[in-house]
Amino acid sequence: MSASVLFDAPGPRARNRNRIVTALFLLVLLATAYAVYRGFAAKGQWSVDLWAPFVTGSTWTQFLLPGLVNTIIAALISVVIALPIGALLGIGRLSRHRWVQRPCAIVVEFFRAIPVLLLMVFAAELYFSYTAIDSDIRPLLAVVTGLVLYNGSVLAEIVRSGILSLPRGQTEAADALGLGAGQTMRLILLPQAVTLMLPAIVSQLVVVLKDTALGGQLTIGYTELIRTSRGLTGNFANTIPTLIVVAVLFIVMNLLLTSLASALQRRLSRSPRTPPGAAPPAGMAQSGTAPETLANIVT
Amino acid sequence: MTVPVQDRMEPMDLFSNYDVLGAFWVTVQLTVYSAVGALVWGTVLAVMRVGPVPITRGFAAAYVTIFRNTPLTILVLFASLGLASTLGITLASAESTTSIAESTFRLAVLAFVVYTATFVCEAIRSGVNTVPVGQSEAARALGMGFGRVLATIVLPQAFRSIISPLASILIALTKNTTVAAVIGVGEAALLMSEMVENESDVLFLVFALFALGFVILTLPTGLLLGWVARRLEVRR
Repeated sequence: MSASVLFDAPGPRARNRNRIVTALFLLVLLATAYAVYRGFAAKGQWSVDLWAPFVTGSTWTQFLLPGLVNTIIAALISVVIALPIGALLGIGRLSRHRWVQRPCAIVVEFFRAIPVLLLMVFAAELYFSYTAIDSDIRPLLAVVTGLVLYNGSVLAEIVRSGILSLPRGQTEAADALGLGAGQTMRLILLPQAVTLMLPAIVSQLVVVLKDTALGGQLTIGYTELIRTSRGLTGNFANTIPTLIVVAVLFIVMNLLLTSLASALQRRLSRSPRTPPGAAPPAGMAQSGTAPETLANIVT
Repeated sequence: MTVPVQDRMEPMDLFSNYDVLGAFWVTVQLTVYSAVGALVWGTVLAVMRVGPVPITRGFAAAYVTIFRNTPLTILVLFASLGLASTLGITLASAESTTSIAESTFRLAVLAFVVYTATFVCEAIRSGVNTVPVGQSEAARALGMGFGRVLATIVLPQAFRSIISPLASILIALTKNTTVAAVIGVGEAALLMSEMVENESDVLFLVFALFALGFVILTLPTGLLLGWVARRLEVRR
């Protein structure tokens, strides 16, 4: 626990002060909670009618689950497509050939600089005006396009920093064995880097999942969770309860992904196959709670 | 006889028919206000997070977990549909003629602050971890308490070492402000969404225009703060 270096084990005076701070903080917290409670009560937000739909089966089968499934589908498709693209771009940026390296760098930097929402809006209009793609599938395609372009670039940077974090000896040994650049990458560097980057890649899934929430907005029109939940608020006028329930669903999914990432991280740090000299990937350095840092700071 | 000139959009018409610069100005304002708010609130959270009192530590940890894992879209929608429409909490005086627009803008800023502060808090916390143990041990040996150790010894060094993560957060925030379009704040993404529908014959031009706008906003931020980070880096 790194925080504990900032203060000593509390003595009698410090314990007293901690108790006072605790009491004051609790007071503020309770006052805030009470204010929220009264605010909700003043507008009848605790009414059973607004919350009862969430214990009814039809609410889930009609509104929430279909949206949830669509959200997960969009996120999964995006990741499956973005991974190979990201790997190619990341390796391309490390190429010795300038005419490979430069375009890859430009593509990665360009799409990392543009908001996902703009990419989705653009893709939606592109498919609408310039293609004959069926309108059932068009919104999903727009969402996936936006997510793939953005996350492909982010994954490219994750892969690149993973490869760069491997000890130089790996490349040197491969050179000494007479392996070419392509073979070195394919047989030596990439397998080790992917293992190293796995936690960061899983954490990127959290970003993808959160960004699918944009798919139902503006002109994009994908029927993901937030959009399908609008049917619910239309029927029961329970905007606040619905948004809270939807948020909880997202939080639970993301926590599952995050704990998967830290489990992978723990396993990797125990595994003898992790190269001993490998520095922790950029952004993960110094922090005990590694997997979140890199991906989430880039969100 | 004059041949009617084909009615085509010229690039400059896009600027004269639409207030592109105005929309980007709103984006910049959203970014600046949210960044200042997130930095302040994020620092407060970080102090609670590393402090000696278990309840503030627990609160900050729970806050970060909850809001970092909630999609920003939901927070923005909650600010508008939940706070303003349902609970009647608005952030502008009702007499003002632009009261609704002003209030929506501020509610969007509120949502961005709530969300971005979690990342600021985590960045500061990892920055605190980069400060060698000896620094705070020496400070405590001099008789400083937690507050003084943090304020005069640890945080100044921590901030110097986390300028590049903070720059990434600022860039991400700049891009995230587009989510305000969802509740109708007239910033870049909302204008683009309107323009791609009306001017779909010059779709690529419109997209290139807005993409360029964001590159212009984010690229100098990254370069400038990258330079600052190298200048201020604590050499060990």
